[in-house]
Amino acid sequence: MGYEAIIGLEVHVQLKTKSKIFCSCSTEFGALPNSQVCPVCLGLPGVLPVLNKTALEYAIKAALALDCRIAKESIFARKNYFYPDLPKSYQISQYEEPLSSKGFVDIITDGKLKKIRITRVHLEEDAGKLLHEEVKDSTLIDFNRCGVPLIEIVTEPDIKSPREAREFLAILKSILQYIGVSDCNMEEGSLRCDANISVRPSKEETGKRGNGETGKELGVKVEIKNMNSFKAVEKALEYEMRRQIKALEEGKRIVQETRLWDENKEITISMRTKEEAHDYRYFPEPDLVLMEIDREWTERIRKSLPELPEARKARFSRDYKIPDYDAGILTSSKELADYYEECIEAARRSPVADRRSPVAGRKFNKEIANWIMSELLRELKEGNIGIEECKARPQALAEMMTLIDKGILSRKMAKEVFVEMFETGEKASWIIKKRSLVQISDEEALTKIVDKILKENPRVVEDYKKGKEKALGYLVGQVMKETKGRANPQIVNKLLKEEL
Amino acid sequence: MKLNELTAHEIGELIKKGEVSSEEVTKSVFKRIEKVEKTINSFVTLIKDEALKQARLVDEKIRKKEKISPLAGVPIAIKDNMCIDGVLTTCSSKILENFKSPYDATVIKRLKENDLVFIGKTNMDEFAMGSSTENSAFKITHNPWNLETIPGGSSGGSAAAIASDEAILALGSDTGGSIRQPASLCGVVGLKPTYGRVSRYGLVAFASSLDQIGPLTKDIRDCALLMNLISGYDERDSTSCDYPVPDYTKSLINDIKEVRIGVPKEYFVKGMDEEVEKSVKDAIRLLEKLGAKIEEISLPHTEYAVAVYYLLATAEASSNLARYEGVKYGRRSQVAGHRSLIEMYEETRGEGFGDEVKRRIMLGTYALSAGYYDAYYLKAQKVRTLVKEDIDKAFEKCDCLITPTSPTPSFKIGEKIDDPLKMYLSDIFTISTNLAGIPGISIPCGFTKADLPIGLQILTKPFAEETILRVAHTYEQHTDWHKRKPRI
Repeated sequence: MGYEAIIGLEVHVQLKTKSKIFCSCSTEFGALPNSQVCPVCLGLPGVLPVLNKTALEYAIKAALALDCRIAKESIFARKNYFYPDLPKSYQISQYEEPLSSKGFVDIITDGKLKKIRITRVHLEEDAGKLLHEEVKDSTLIDFNRCGVPLIEIVTEPDIKSPREAREFLAILKSILQYIGVSDCNMEEGSLRCDANISVRPSKEETGKRGNGETGKELGVKVEIKNMNSFKAVEKALEYEMRRQIKALEEGKRIVQETRLWDENKEITISMRTKEEAHDYRYFPEPDLVLMEIDREWTERIRKSLPELPEARKARFSRDYKIPDYDAGILTSSKELADYYEECIEAARRSPVADRRSPVAGRKFNKEIANWIMSELLRELKEGNIGIEECKARPQALAEMMTLIDKGILSRKMAKEVFVEMFETGEKASWIIKKRSLVQISDEEALTKIVDKILKENPRVVEDYKKGKEKALGYLVGQVMKETKGRANPQIVNKLLKEEL
Repeated sequence: MKLNELTAHEIGELIKKGEVSSEEVTKSVFKRIEKVEKTINSFVTLIKDEALKQARLVDEKIRKKEKISPLAGVPIAIKDNMCIDGVLTTCSSKILENFKSPYDATVIKRLKENDLVFIGKTNMDEFAMGSSTENSAFKITHNPWNLETIPGGSSGGSAAAIASDEAILALGSDTGGSIRQPASLCGVVGLKPTYGRVSRYGLVAFASSLDQIGPLTKDIRDCALLMNLISGYDERDSTSCDYPVPDYTKSLINDIKEVRIGVPKEYFVKGMDEEVEKSVKDAIRLLEKLGAKIEEISLPHTEYAVAVYYLLATAEASSNLARYEGVKYGRRSQVAGHRSLIEMYEETRGEGFGDEVKRRIMLGTYALSAGYYDAYYLKAQKVRTLVKEDIDKAFEKCDCLITPTSPTPSFKIGEKIDDPLKMYLSDIFTISTNLAGIPGISIPCGFTKADLPIGLQILTKPFAEETILRVAHTYEQHTDWHKRKPRI
């Protein structure tokens, strides 16, 4: 029997404000344990929270980027539960009247566009971190993370496969990075994801049985926690889907529960059942006042939003006439997309650019895209550095590309030049001059070399004259060797043919 | 008259003129404490060395002719739920018996800036839950007017310290009457300001939407002077209001002509203490004679106030007190070998909290639980709105309301401690004030035949503390109740 999964995600994202959500402590990652704490985030007796306006602004920004409606009025709520990483024994979160609701994200699944609806985006505080391994038989608590602002993004159960879940997360991450509200780094915990999943017979199956109505009913859902990468989310959901289908096929019932993903064993393990679930006793936070969200402010934030990845990708394919695939890669991060556009802009303005040549045209845009996707991304990956730290600036790359375009630099030489540019940040023209790498396009000079090679290789000349086309390639190679690769291959070709 | 028997404004004047030093005043206060504290038990912590050091610093400033505030050098007692940097803040609870605050509450910071001298922390009902100060985990405070009776609560220590001249000024906190009721029972002045008038930062929360810090003093001028120092917006308290702070001493005028006073009929019910009723009615007649316009009004939802209060206050308290679980500070159960985290929590809270606190945590937890929230917490919030609307409506016709502060004078130690419902009714006249967020004061308005003080409560609109002070001051000018001292 065929089954389909019904998946909803709950994503927590740390906002990269300088200070915490309810006090002025730093949010810097990786500081010494408990060095970024104060009476407020430690929840000492008598302290009160004060909302960081930037956290609210970032949350609104995120909600707008996810096409959510922003509430006119919103309140915080206390979520009550005991845990040592939660110093007040309640988390200041939102429950009723969240900051925003009813948004969506478009993902591409099987080559088609699909809407994943966003139930709500709300603001809350992060908890501390328990350290179990530092001291034997003890648990230590680091409260640095306590009070770092988070947004919680809840989706409708619109996701139909583990693959779609991963695709959604990738797009969500790129949107949030684009608008600059979060690093979305799953390793550092700045993006965390829980999932709800149930399975039911797929539409085709229920169609076959003429039992469409039952097929619409949702199965019993299971919540999965502790997934630490996008891959883990996909794997855990795949495992859970298999587990639930197997149980159903064996005639067993699915228990509503929370399960933990075990990364090493690649299985999910029951953590608590519905009966053991917490009653969080949410109630409005009396220490904070109603948030009245000014429409004008929201509009200003909306206007400040950068172009989002989907729109930028579409514009890249349309305006630069590059393939969708290339546009997708180039817009996968804001920094990379900015790099590409700066490169094109610089090439257009370059004094060496011949305005009548196809420099600003389609071919050239594709050439730059190719160079970035192959050479640049490879160097970045090998050096394990981000594009924002890359020394080879777009202006330098653009200059090099125009030199290639004008035939001053061969592609082969360009690769060497680029390696040096990547290391030093120097301009291509400077590197060429320094290393005397200028291509020899002077026909007079090349004719002398061609004559020399022809004289030295009479048998190859014979072969060519007998019709062996390959012989020409050998001769070109010899010229290149003689010139240490600096000869312009097109001119060498032309000259050889003439001489022969 | 001894220095410690003077009012704060009298002492302030003398210090300013250089006729006495802050050190002399502080010493006189500690001399009094040494003499009567073992019979009264107003304090849980005394900080004599720090106080004398502080006093000498003020005297130094005066010698150097530096500009000082009107209350500079005046000794003040602080209820033990307000944080002073480096001093124990126990809330009279075992669970915080060893907790030294590493920071100053905003009110403390403001008083320090004005050179007041902190003499110690006063006893209270544990976490401000109670009306008799009998719920303190450490000691029972005795009413200076009759040592066999309670001083009221929860700010009983502060009220007793003022009544017995162990302190010149005191701060208390009021969630349902905890400043006014002990002020009434100890025959002193106690003001609960408008919610948001005084910063709550550094006040250990009982019920966040109701708590408010206020002065306990010997007379109205002292109350006004202290209000001048503690009032005002605080960026650390989002619920504090950015509303201008007047000079409250300017409202101390001896004139209440044309002031419209409402007398809510629901506050004068059958079965109330006759002596209290008579004293309050006498006071109303006096005010009328002095030119006020008296009108009977109705606050129809008054009867629900106590029920609403005990749902909302306990709900908030159940959450506010959840942080005391033995993990980070305060007491952790020393029962050996906790088998689990939950067991450690249970043992710690089981040992650390007293019965009344446990009772309220359970009540509040219940009111917020899934399936009960709508019927209890939410319903109570709705009725709170009705109580508030009653009061708003009354203030369309009146400038202030006058009622008794407490339905009875002080009662015997132990008399109501085993009957929570009876105890809860001690606050029946003071609770609506907190639900509505309005200011209220209790001032002495008479004594029973057994020589126990009776208090008059004056309520007014939000941020109209000046009206209260004007009426109270006028009344005070025509009576002597506030001048009486208990014989200890």
